[in-house]
Amino acid sequence: MTGAPTGPTRLLDAPGVDVVGLDAHLQRWGALPSVSAGVLLDAVERSGLRGHGGAWFPVGVKWRAVAGTGRAKPVVVANGAEGEPASGKDRYLLHHAPHLVLDGAATAARAIGGSRVIVHVPAGAVVGIEAALAERSRRGIDSCSFEVVVAPDRFLSGQESAAVATINGRNPGIPTFVGIRSVREQGVAGRATLVQNVETLAHSALIARFGADWFRSVGTGDSTGTVLATVTGRWDTPRIIEIPLGTSLGGALGLDAEAARSIQGVLLGGYGGGWIPTANAMTLPYTEDAARSLGSSIGAGVVVLLPTGVCPLVEVARVVRYMEGEGAGQCGPCVNGLDVLATSVEHLAYRPQSLRGGVAALPSLCALVEGRGACRHPDGVARFVRTAVAVFADHADLHLRRGPCQSTRPFLPVPASAGATR
Amino acid sequence: MSRPRYRLVVDPIACDGAGVCAELFPEMITLDPWGFPIINGDEIPAGLVDLARRTEVSCPRLALTLVRLDRS
Repeated sequence: MTGAPTGPTRLLDAPGVDVVGLDAHLQRWGALPSVSAGVLLDAVERSGLRGHGGAWFPVGVKWRAVAGTGRAKPVVVANGAEGEPASGKDRYLLHHAPHLVLDGAATAARAIGGSRVIVHVPAGAVVGIEAALAERSRRGIDSCSFEVVVAPDRFLSGQESAAVATINGRNPGIPTFVGIRSVREQGVAGRATLVQNVETLAHSALIARFGADWFRSVGTGDSTGTVLATVTGRWDTPRIIEIPLGTSLGGALGLDAEAARSIQGVLLGGYGGGWIPTANAMTLPYTEDAARSLGSSIGAGVVVLLPTGVCPLVEVARVVRYMEGEGAGQCGPCVNGLDVLATSVEHLAYRPQSLRGGVAALPSLCALVEGRGACRHPDGVARFVRTAVAVFADHADLHLRRGPCQSTRPFLPVPASAGATR
Repeated sequence: MSRPRYRLVVDPIACDGAGVCAELFPEMITLDPWGFPIINGDEIPAGLVDLARRTEVSCPRLALTLVRLDRS
């Protein structure tokens, strides 16, 4: 069977299979069709596919921009760095369906006139990807070359210019200033570069096979197809699920009113995303546009349901201090601003009487860092704090009137930050 | 042919907060609590483009750039 999936499950079409090897992959999906760059660009553009790395930028527009630079052959970076601690969908996809990702990278290379693909993944994914590449090389199915580059284990390593820096062998995992010339024009080895998230590439591998109309048959409006989400707090352990864009989040997670009562708030988009009230999350059509209208973002598909019995302000303080430590340490406003912001939310969490200016001081601190870094790291932290202040306003009020929570267990995954060892 | 329009862009990695820009060009640049520049407004008014150019070349870190608005 090599037909297009008819249901809402696409990338995760082989449940129960741990790794889909090349034979099983070709049996299920067939070979990539041999079509021209123009046909692929048209299909991806008409599909409405947007970037699943977190920015949700239209993929067709990006591919055309890189294809149109017209100088030396552009480079494709299949980006699976996934530095976000609460996200696991890229690692899972790389492990489970490496050939969908590699097919997508080959599709992108063909579409933009490139012949070199760099697979940029965490150390743990290297063995699996190299095995998949060896299978492909034995069959001789690719006309582009593949290299694997290890992404450093830090939050920013998947940021576009940071990935390019890692590949170029300079300041691995550290963003550069691209305000004047982006990596699309000048990236890997100085060439025009397409950095695309691995899940986005996997979707394009299916668009190349089954076309734009098939892709658009699931989804809503400008948000077409499905999305992989990493869900924490719904089941005993985090789970990766595939959600048709536009589905209500409550429906996708099987939440009823009873289950919702034990959720204090919902974090979308991870530590650079934003909190929304549980009631809104239940009915939210799961799309980037809907999430943004609530001041949040679905980002790279992180969904965290914060249970009752956990102090949300302690969670916010832990995350903001981690994010401060994960900054690249390059831009004055971010270095200074995130430290002050982290200290302020720590006051609110642990010693609320020390928070000068009260909770109202926090949004103005956010405004001081927003838009002022070389990358969007400070903007993400600001959104995380702004939305937390709004969603947990009652809890903050309780801290200010009665003092901090007496005991609380840590809930959100917060690794030791790179900054702690710097 | 219409006159080119510009905005100011700070390279926040290059900038070390010397503050020369805010002194030379307070019409559009102020400093944050840590001494780093905040650009107020987007397009540089036509009458201030020359001053903006002098500010651009005066930055000891070459962290300021005038960027054509119609080309980005």
